[in-house]
Amino acid sequence: MSDAGEKELHLGGGEAESELRVDLDSREPVLDVRNLVKHFPLTQGILFKKTIGHVQAVDDVSFKLFPGETLGLVGESGSGKSTVARTLLRLHEPTAGEAFYRGRDLFKLSHSEMRAVRRDIQMIFQDPYASLNPRMTVGDIVAEPWRIHTGIVGKNEQRGRVAELLELVGLNPDHINRFPHQFSGGQRQRIGVARALAVNPSVIVADEPVSALDVSVQAQVVNLLEDIQNEFGIAYLFIAHDLSVVRHIADRVAVMYLGRMIEVGEEDPIYERPVHPYTQALLSAAPIADPRRRQESDRILLEGDLPSPSDPPSGCRFRTRCWLFNQMAEEDGDESRIGKCLTDDPRLEDRGFDHPSACHYPAERQIIETVEAPA
Amino acid sequence: MSTATTSPSAQSSTETIAGRQVDPGAPLLEVENLRVEFRLNTGTVVANDGVHYTLKSGETLAILGESGSGKSVSAQAVMGIIDSPPGYVTDGSIRYRGIDLLTLPENQRRKVRGNHISIIFQDALTALNPVFTVGFQIAEMLRVHRGTSKSDAYKAAAELMDRVKIPAASERLDSYPHEFSGGMRQRVMIAMALALDPAILIADEPTTALDVTVQAQVMDLLAELQDETGMGLILITHDLGVVAEVADRVAVMYAGRIVETGDIDDIYHMPAHPYTIGLMESLPQLDVKGSRLVPIPGSPPDLTRRPSGCAFHPRCRYAQQVCVDEDPALTPPVPGMDRRLSACHFSEEAINVRRR
Repeated sequence: MSDAGEKELHLGGGEAESELRVDLDSREPVLDVRNLVKHFPLTQGILFKKTIGHVQAVDDVSFKLFPGETLGLVGESGSGKSTVARTLLRLHEPTAGEAFYRGRDLFKLSHSEMRAVRRDIQMIFQDPYASLNPRMTVGDIVAEPWRIHTGIVGKNEQRGRVAELLELVGLNPDHINRFPHQFSGGQRQRIGVARALAVNPSVIVADEPVSALDVSVQAQVVNLLEDIQNEFGIAYLFIAHDLSVVRHIADRVAVMYLGRMIEVGEEDPIYERPVHPYTQALLSAAPIADPRRRQESDRILLEGDLPSPSDPPSGCRFRTRCWLFNQMAEEDGDESRIGKCLTDDPRLEDRGFDHPSACHYPAERQIIETVEAPA
Repeated sequence: MSTATTSPSAQSSTETIAGRQVDPGAPLLEVENLRVEFRLNTGTVVANDGVHYTLKSGETLAILGESGSGKSVSAQAVMGIIDSPPGYVTDGSIRYRGIDLLTLPENQRRKVRGNHISIIFQDALTALNPVFTVGFQIAEMLRVHRGTSKSDAYKAAAELMDRVKIPAASERLDSYPHEFSGGMRQRVMIAMALALDPAILIADEPTTALDVTVQAQVMDLLAELQDETGMGLILITHDLGVVAEVADRVAVMYAGRIVETGDIDDIYHMPAHPYTIGLMESLPQLDVKGSRLVPIPGSPPDLTRRPSGCAFHPRCRYAQQVCVDEDPALTPPVPGMDRRLSACHFSEEAINVRRR
């Protein structure tokens, strides 16, 4: 990487060092999302549309993202994790809630103000085939942000900067005139990363950035994202369904279920001491790539599928599939603990463990026995 | 694997398939030197080039490979469902209980499909017909292949749906595929595949489109059904985690060839091919903290331009001149190690790289 590139792209990487992270809450978050709600209306009729209900894609989600950290957002399809990302960038308009970026509520900004903010909050998409314009050269794709956010890089310097960015993400700068179809999936995802970096963002929202890639190539992109974060101190909101990838890359992890955030904490407690029955089931269902550890622990099998987000269950949204709920129902006779699950919606709050969760009966349960990586 | 005395074929020596005598001593499935070409305008793609594996009854063989490695093509060749043109099986044999399926005429081949070898696909929504009820589609298997009456076939379909644990099976016979969730659709596919009690089930990325909690349900179901029926299962996947959980044996494919085969534990704990080593090192693991991933540089080759010698050499950190010049044969990595095969000039060294 050239010196010029370093100067251009450096954004206070010093404070990003995760070793210095003593008390997260005492630090100033770069993004502070409060009570985000996004409901999509369900309509009926062609000419006279009437709303017959709402898909509660995201319901009352709050979280903070700190500078230079990676917050992993995990959950099954339909849990609302992508909607969180898209609503933050106002690709969807939120139904309610606030999202503070450097003291300003993103949801109150005008379109032109929002456009300016998107310079700081960039997005990387899952599908590297669909997110690059097939008719544009790589050079034009990476330089396009400068046409929207003018004044970052002068016209004459643009070509040189694109070459630097391509080199930074591990692509050959000589390929600047090639088209997306001439690159492999992993290389295309690198182009997406270069485009996001072109405007020196402080936050990158990455929606399943490595899910479409083969394992050997996925590791290349994961390492690239880590390197870039270490160098420039960019905060990542990293959305993925692959729990192993999230464990690898995230500092903190938030688990979503049916539009709600149900457990959030630093990577260690979430993976080693999960307290929410859903997190426990999710971890238990994830395959471990070691045949010697097969059948080591009892797998918690969830029954059924995700309920419809347009008609979520009363009380706790997870209760229809909750193994703990079933267990308690069986154990208790008339005097039942599950009444609370049926009627009271559990909030994500501190419940006496080392991280908050949204379950009336949280309990630590070790699912995965972590081993240190061999040196 | 010269003996297969425990396979059901041994018990019924007089059985014939498509008019040919079953060889009671033969393995359930033996694929040898399979070559599949796709003749395209842009050139000929050799999607399978000397693919070789054996499957026994009750065994789960995982064919592991990344996209474009030819793993699905090999399954389609076994099923006899390669689109032709442009695809052609140009060499090799696929012997099911000793009978070479490639020599059978198409009308005989059809009798093998479903009756003896079945397949389930990744995307159940595309694989199922959207305009027929699932009950009709499952019953169709029995009506076409067995000539079962409509009412008996529907009864059997309800039983099959029950067997794959679709709740309220008999009430859901008249539902259409879109009315089912992804996991339930995959169960419908499994019910269809098992309708005729096949000896081999090929599962082509059966859980790739499913969430992890549903994936666990489906994999558990497959294991349970396999225990009940003793069928052989070929699991085609790119997911090293799923393979580690269910497979007995593994065949690793790269650029249209099998580069390594062996028992599951050996493949994971002493891989003998640098590609397998590379896969293991690039995989983030749920139960391991802190290590940096070691990716394989570059990307898989375009099969119209297969690299010379060993196809993996441009990405291999151990490559020498011999790897560029000579194509390595699939042989035991260490002389005498009979359950392992590896196609690497340096497999004897490679096997010690990650030995645990």
